[in-house]
Amino acid sequence: MAKKILMKGSEAIAEAAVLNGCRYFFGYPITPQNEIPEYLSKRLPEVQGTFLQAESEVSAIYMVLGAGAAGARVMTSSSSPGISLKQEGISYMAGAEVPCVIVNIMRGGPGLGAIQGAQPDYWQATRGGGHGDYRLLVLAPATVQEAVDLTYQAFDLADKYRNPVMILGDGILAQIMEPVELPEASKQLPEKAWTVGKNENRQRNVVSSSYPKVDELEKVNIRLHERYDQIKKNEVRWDSYLTDDAEYVVVAYGSAARIAKAAIKMARAEGIKVGLLRPISVWPFPIEPFQKIITQTKFFLSFEMSTGQMIDDVRLAIGNERPVYHYGRLGGVIPLPEELLAKIKELIKEVQ
Amino acid sequence: MNKVYSSPKTLVDVPMHYCPGCTHGIIHRLVAEVVEEMGFMSKTIGIASVGCSCFCYDYFNFDMVATAHGRAPATATGVKRVHPDCLVFTYQGDGDLAAIGTAEIIHSAVRGEKISVIFVNNGIYGMTGGQMAPTTLPEMKATTSPYGRNTALTGYPIKMTEMLALQDGCVYAERTKISSIATINRTKKAIRKSFELQMAGKGFSVVEILSTCPTNWGIEPLKAIKWMEDNLEAYYPVGVIKAPKEVE
Repeated sequence: MAKKILMKGSEAIAEAAVLNGCRYFFGYPITPQNEIPEYLSKRLPEVQGTFLQAESEVSAIYMVLGAGAAGARVMTSSSSPGISLKQEGISYMAGAEVPCVIVNIMRGGPGLGAIQGAQPDYWQATRGGGHGDYRLLVLAPATVQEAVDLTYQAFDLADKYRNPVMILGDGILAQIMEPVELPEASKQLPEKAWTVGKNENRQRNVVSSSYPKVDELEKVNIRLHERYDQIKKNEVRWDSYLTDDAEYVVVAYGSAARIAKAAIKMARAEGIKVGLLRPISVWPFPIEPFQKIITQTKFFLSFEMSTGQMIDDVRLAIGNERPVYHYGRLGGVIPLPEELLAKIKELIKEVQ
Repeated sequence: MNKVYSSPKTLVDVPMHYCPGCTHGIIHRLVAEVVEEMGFMSKTIGIASVGCSCFCYDYFNFDMVATAHGRAPATATGVKRVHPDCLVFTYQGDGDLAAIGTAEIIHSAVRGEKISVIFVNNGIYGMTGGQMAPTTLPEMKATTSPYGRNTALTGYPIKMTEMLALQDGCVYAERTKISSIATINRTKKAIRKSFELQMAGKGFSVVEILSTCPTNWGIEPLKAIKWMEDNLEAYYPVGVIKAPKEVE
């Protein structure tokens, strides 16, 4: 077993990327994720990699497109407003089927908002984000260890599906320090026959999202859609806590799930049967675990640091079978477990 | 009979979509010939952007990446950093390079990115139907400047290549035109120089090529060449703007 070391979330994400073969990083400073580029500006030269600070998030994402098209494992990271700027390029990468990993350390919005951790970009992350009919594979870690594991996996998934993968975190995850066990460095990276580069022994390759013939573009859309179906089939990730006998279920992802866990422990101490369902892949959203516990559950409570976005997916997962409520704090205010507990108790009274 | 001339292998043998009198076809051919003559067909990567030339990935017979409006220099940066031994060039029009892509082109020059930029300037947006570009001349009519470009409202034409030449990372900047056999040959030389400097690891270079758009200018092809020389060239003088000592 590898030794446990203490690492900050953002730096752990950066190191996990390097360990799974990421040798190119292009980004632009924005709080609260600056430790990722800062770490990589030091780390990548040690492994003959390239760290380049772009003049904008827009430019950075197109450098990512170029490096990804050229066959490299490549990453960018940013926070909410910066991710908005990257959306054009993310759409182009989805269309051109260029793999990459994008880290979004969410903060309070809209607009410039505030730099504290929040979860207001769930819709943007899980619905594609940019223009066109596409999806990202979106993984939402709740601990630094999970951030390491998911970031590491993200590179394999991006290559496997030739699609951008997003790590969806928040300011809390990026700034917190926790003990982690780092995985071993990957030794062999997958061959990519479709990339641009030296081409002595093959037909030329074109990496493009341009399909001027509509029949052809329709086929591309269908092909992408079939790939998303594969992702839905293979890559659903979730976790649960005390749901076996739960009468009430809190649904939360990322940092909010940790607060929820604390509230559930408090509730259990009072004999209230509450459990937690925690989507880890927020796209694809875990539908099955909801369906398994519908009959035993009196209500679901979507607990998010937003005005309620994931609640849409919870409703889609359970239909009209049970009531679904929302509780959250906004703009970077971190909700306390006590607040959530009070909300749970209030709702129990209401439904009785 | 001896064959004295043939199409370069670096061009795909398909009809191009360009309008009659458009000079993109000639410029494509020049780029393709230089790549072939330098023996770089199997290690050249072109970056297509958006505009009339956006389908050039169908015409150049080597690896291509098609990217978004204005972003070709950033995409080229990513490609070149992964494949420093390959010849990487962007092919961009003036709407693309001088408007939406201003930041990307300037900062590629600032970084001394080892790429070549083929910048085709005809002073108008071609593909979208003849709208005003930042390069459109004062009083020149376009579909979004129907009364002629009003400098009080929209400012003055932008001189990109001069601006790029000011950056330390830019080693070579030349403006040429496509109007005669002599200027076509001059343009080819400039493209070759740019590619040679890139492969010698010298830095960023740009070849701006004054071009025509008979369709959107509403001028017959031959008259369009004269109009370009009388008007575009008067504002954008051709010649070497910056070159390393051995080139001058």
